[in-house]
Amino acid sequence: MGKFNVKWEAFADSWREGGDARVIEGLKNTLTIAIIGLVIGIVIGVIIAVVRVMPKYKLLPKILDKICYIYTSFFRGTPMVVQLLVGYYVLFPLMGITVSSLVTCIIIFGLNSGAYLSETMRAGINSVDSGQMEAGRALGLSYGATMIKIVVPQAIKNILPTIGNEFISLIKETSVVSFVGAVDLYNAFRYIGSNNYEFMVPYLIMAMFYIVIVLIISLGIKLMERSLRKSDRRN
Amino acid sequence: MIDVINLTKRYGKLTVLDDISVSIKKGEKVVVIGPSGSGKSTFLRCLNCMEDPSGGQIIFKGENIADMKVDINKHRRHIGMVFQQFNLFNNKTVLQNIMLAPVHLQLKETRKARIKAFFNKDSSIITKKEIIENARQNALRLLERVGLSEKADQYPSSLSGGQKQRIAIARSLAMNPDVILFDEPTSALDPEMVGEVLQLMKEVADDGMTMVVVTHEMGFAREVGSRVLFMDGGKIVEDKPPHEFFTNPENPRLKEFLSKVL
Repeated sequence: MGKFNVKWEAFADSWREGGDARVIEGLKNTLTIAIIGLVIGIVIGVIIAVVRVMPKYKLLPKILDKICYIYTSFFRGTPMVVQLLVGYYVLFPLMGITVSSLVTCIIIFGLNSGAYLSETMRAGINSVDSGQMEAGRALGLSYGATMIKIVVPQAIKNILPTIGNEFISLIKETSVVSFVGAVDLYNAFRYIGSNNYEFMVPYLIMAMFYIVIVLIISLGIKLMERSLRKSDRRN
Repeated sequence: MIDVINLTKRYGKLTVLDDISVSIKKGEKVVVIGPSGSGKSTFLRCLNCMEDPSGGQIIFKGENIADMKVDINKHRRHIGMVFQQFNLFNNKTVLQNIMLAPVHLQLKETRKARIKAFFNKDSSIITKKEIIENARQNALRLLERVGLSEKADQYPSSLSGGQKQRIAIARSLAMNPDVILFDEPTSALDPEMVGEVLQLMKEVADDGMTMVVVTHEMGFAREVGSRVLFMDGGKIVEDKPPHEFFTNPENPRLKEFLSKVL
């Protein structure tokens, strides 16, 4: 154990010499990417899911459906790292836009989780009793209005645990963003370790950071589910 | 009120409604009975195009609403519907259930005028607050009428079947419809709750509402109906005032049906 002391001292030195600021920045970026990514993902997911369950009498829904299908196939069929690299080094430069690596990460994470959440959301929408839609339509509400006010809120409630899981996996997947030069938790701790080539303590603490974040999120989801379930409770 | 002309409904090769023509006048209480599979629910659901007819016309207020080009949402506001499974909005409280559609539609209708009024500082136009407050007052009044005022802030999951159906009736009344369609409103209820719902329907009928009711409640048909239709095999085979309908049935299939259910 004597050796561990040395390693701990090395870590403490690195931490004091600017490592702390780096970790705080990394933590901030990790959370930013995951949270904004999830929000974008939910919005995209709802839109795609609604398009995919829409009745397809007319031409426009049919075309939209095809576009959504191609979109989800692409994002579900390629690894996140590839999407980041293609976005950062291929697509955005080709479009002539200069975006920071952080913004690239947020956009790609949003698009990626949108593709995954759309399938979950579709299952959620299908799990809502069709009578809910009928009742809305019978009152003269449009398909879209009934969807947004009645069906989607119930669908989201039904799939809340899955959305929570998606959030957790987004947090974990942020560990690849250093491929395009963004600073995240992993990047910060690697920086600390590479100061003096002592990686044991930094990576141990990094793991603890991740697990604490995930545990906090799990708790948050549990509380949120409980408050959303108040419409199910008999009082 | 509603004129049905040569209404046909097919699912693939199966013909569910076979060339039905019938006219429903203002203030009438039309009760539709028949064996299961006779097409009576489909007939009712075609009246507000919840099922799109395969052929024929539904003339409501002079317009053929079976035409796909017609804005069906506009017409459905005037045709209430009450379902067998109640279909209250599970994510809304009782009060919100009743207020939702009136508020949403009125906000939508007045949106342009309200935006204009906002920029012109015109105070004569109704505000969002007033729309919501009016709908609220109306909803509370309806809740009192159906005797469930104390349930206003509860969610549907905490109500009994009979209470849910009474709320559902209040919800359709909130739109001030010209006619209400009832799709087996008491079939999913415990026997002891059937009475309260039928009583409310009777009161609504006494207030002069035009009603089309698909039901198995022969007592209701006899007591409240102004006309009773008997459907069999996708056709209306008997159409008479209740007294004649029950005492003097002509159609052999109806005779058989009545002998079983009465």
